[in-house]
Amino acid sequence: MPTKIEKDTATGRMTTGHEWDGIKELNTPLPKWWLWVFYACIAFSAVWVVLYPGIPLGTTYFKGVLGYSTRVEHAENLAAVEAGRADILAKIRSTDVSDILKDPETATYAVAGGRVAFAENCAACHAAGGAGQAGYPALGDDDWLWGGDIHAIRQTLLHGIRSATDADTRTSQMPAFGEILDRNQIQTVATYVLSLSGAADPAPAVKTEGAQIFADNCASCHGETGQGGRDFGAPNLADQVWLYGGSLDQVAAQVAQPRHGVMPNWGGRLDDATINMLAVYVHSLGGGE
Amino acid sequence: MSTSGIDMGGHDETTAPPALFANRLKVYAKAVQGPVRRIKWALLVVMLGVYYILPWIRWDRGPGRPDQALLLDLEGRRGYFFDLEIWPDEIYYLAGLLIFGAVLLFLVTSLYGRLWCGYACPQTVWTDLFMWVERKIEGDRAERIRRDKAALSFDKAWRKVAKHGAWVLIAAATGGAWIMYYRDAPTVTMEILTGQASATVYSMFALFTITTYTLAGWAREQVCTYMCPWPRFQAAMLDDQTVTVTYQAWRGEPRGKYRKGESFDLRGDCVDCTQCVQVCPTGIDIRDGIQLECINCGLCVDACNNVMDKLHRPSALITWDTFANQAALAKGEPPRHMKIIRPRTLIYAGLIVVLGAVMMTAMLTRTRVDATVIRDRAPLFVTLSDGSIRNGYTLKITNRRPEGSDFAVVVDGPEGLIATVHTPDGRELPADSVEVRGDTQGALRMFIAMPRKAIPEEQTPINVHIRNLTTGEEASVATVFVAPPSGGDRTQRTNSVAPVQMP
Ligand code: SF4
Ligand code: SF4
Repeated sequence: MPTKIEKDTATGRMTTGHEWDGIKELNTPLPKWWLWVFYACIAFSAVWVVLYPGIPLGTTYFKGVLGYSTRVEHAENLAAVEAGRADILAKIRSTDVSDILKDPETATYAVAGGRVAFAENCAACHAAGGAGQAGYPALGDDDWLWGGDIHAIRQTLLHGIRSATDADTRTSQMPAFGEILDRNQIQTVATYVLSLSGAADPAPAVKTEGAQIFADNCASCHGETGQGGRDFGAPNLADQVWLYGGSLDQVAAQVAQPRHGVMPNWGGRLDDATINMLAVYVHSLGGGE
Repeated sequence: MSTSGIDMGGHDETTAPPALFANRLKVYAKAVQGPVRRIKWALLVVMLGVYYILPWIRWDRGPGRPDQALLLDLEGRRGYFFDLEIWPDEIYYLAGLLIFGAVLLFLVTSLYGRLWCGYACPQTVWTDLFMWVERKIEGDRAERIRRDKAALSFDKAWRKVAKHGAWVLIAAATGGAWIMYYRDAPTVTMEILTGQASATVYSMFALFTITTYTLAGWAREQVCTYMCPWPRFQAAMLDDQTVTVTYQAWRGEPRGKYRKGESFDLRGDCVDCTQCVQVCPTGIDIRDGIQLECINCGLCVDACNNVMDKLHRPSALITWDTFANQAALAKGEPPRHMKIIRPRTLIYAGLIVVLGAVMMTAMLTRTRVDATVIRDRAPLFVTLSDGSIRNGYTLKITNRRPEGSDFAVVVDGPEGLIATVHTPDGRELPADSVEVRGDTQGALRMFIAMPRKAIPEEQTPINVHIRNLTTGEEASVATVFVAPPSGGDRTQRTNSVAPVQMP
């Protein structure tokens, strides 16, 4: 409350009558237009509150006279984006995957789209960026169980591996040699297999015996030299990439009780354009053939 | 800010009740003739001329590129200044220029006060122009005051309408010219005139027109005293060696009305004619001393000199001078020359030299090629079937030249390293001629593989060199090559697999 309005001797100006700790405030009025700008802001906000949503009413809220909603706007934006994408998606859907690669613009779009679809659907098993993890192949390396050209990749995506819900799925099975060979034989053949890629250097006798067991039991699928067979997804045993581990114990375990990975068939779940984009993306990761 | 600043005398504050908000006391600035006024007119013509003509200057940059000498292309995200082309990531050149300008302003202010405010500030220039229009239509001070007080008449009405019409036209020309710095001037002018321009253009046009009209037409000195932050702290740049507009009180006082033939021997030279107050665009009395509202425009100098001439008294009762000299003269001491070299001017000048040198160096050494290398985080690395380790990278080459160029990509690292460059969709490119289109940033994939034996450590530093094969411009980026921990499993991703128990 103003206490005593008086004239300040030093400046000759009036005070506001306010005093704090002996300090008196000079009356320096604000310009009136300043006040009007303030009123105008209040008026503006009043109009705004009527036009746009913002007042809570218990469980609902006042929708505003314009009926504006960010949700509706978002849906409209999404629809516009969808419409904008329709052309290129139609092209990706109807073009043979190897032809997509020939057109840089479409291919670049497909890689970007594939990256998103991959993160959503594939990364759970194959890890981000196709890094792979134990039992789930890395997709960026140059080792392919069922083939790494773009058609083979698309085929795998479409029908899956050992998928119970797709008649055309890729399938193969390795017998459990734990019931066929004895413990020693399994150790011997595992050692031999490791020597194929230079990871082990067994004694000549072990090598000869291992080679014999291999020729009798494994070569029919994995090939004479262990180079694998893509027709039935038999891994290349002469390279340095191991799906279930490359230690002697791990290889021996796989011989005795093989595990078989399963990949769902994505054909029914994702539309053709997405499958094609995924194929292009996986092919672009660095190992595509 | 005090109300007394725009109070023109006869208003006794001791009786004024304290009000929280004050009505604006309208300033009716009077026309004035003199050398200062002439300089201000000349500067006004030059500066407005530059402002309106600049966007129309053409500058050939080759086909498909804007031919406007000065263009801030916000949509294309390029700034064109004659031969200089600025990309958004080079905006620091603009920041540097602004800092340079600010220090220059500090230097000028510490030497000559608010020269900027009185002569070059757009608010001053446009207000001056608007006042000129006002005088042409409504007459000079006395006539305007009389007409404003009088009841509404046809004469008053048409003059007001004509004045505001002219103001709006000037404001529109001002707002329109502003747009031309951002869009091709001839095109956008045609678009605006034919109603083809975008809503953005029209709303910007309206915004700058309205602000010019209100600020130069209505707000005038209130912008300088209430809105502009500069007068609040420019005092920090002044000292007693700064030249400012000043009233020589020792010579002018005691002031008083002058009767013809009276001697000046026992009185001051100021005849209290208030000419200096009447011409002041901020409506203050310079005889009260230096004030926040004074923009140092010097119009009061002209006004008072005219009075002194008529009275055959020496001129410069109001003049430009330093506080130090004024103090000396007041005491009857010999005049003191202004000290140009003072700690603050040396510091400002030094800063200007350093800033200028830094900016020149940056300008002269800048290349039109840039590269960034981002290493993939997933996967960190991949084991290839021959056991070698491969890392993936995203390589971005920025080609700031308008024409497309081939670039050589060379990777420095341990022997045995193999680097390949690919398009984003996987096609391999020859690393000695990677094409990047002009005026773009090319995103490429780069794979670097090393045989396990060649890898020296888990994180091997490598350098990627980019060279424009046409111009020889180079850029280098340091990055790392990551390998699995040595001694671990060859195939890191299988480390976690526990061996299955043998039956
Ligand atoms: S114009 Fe000169 S003489 Fe007239 S009041 Fe101002 S200072 Fe005094
Ligand atoms: S006092 Fe003089 S210099 Fe200052 S603003 Fe007024 S006319 Fe200009």
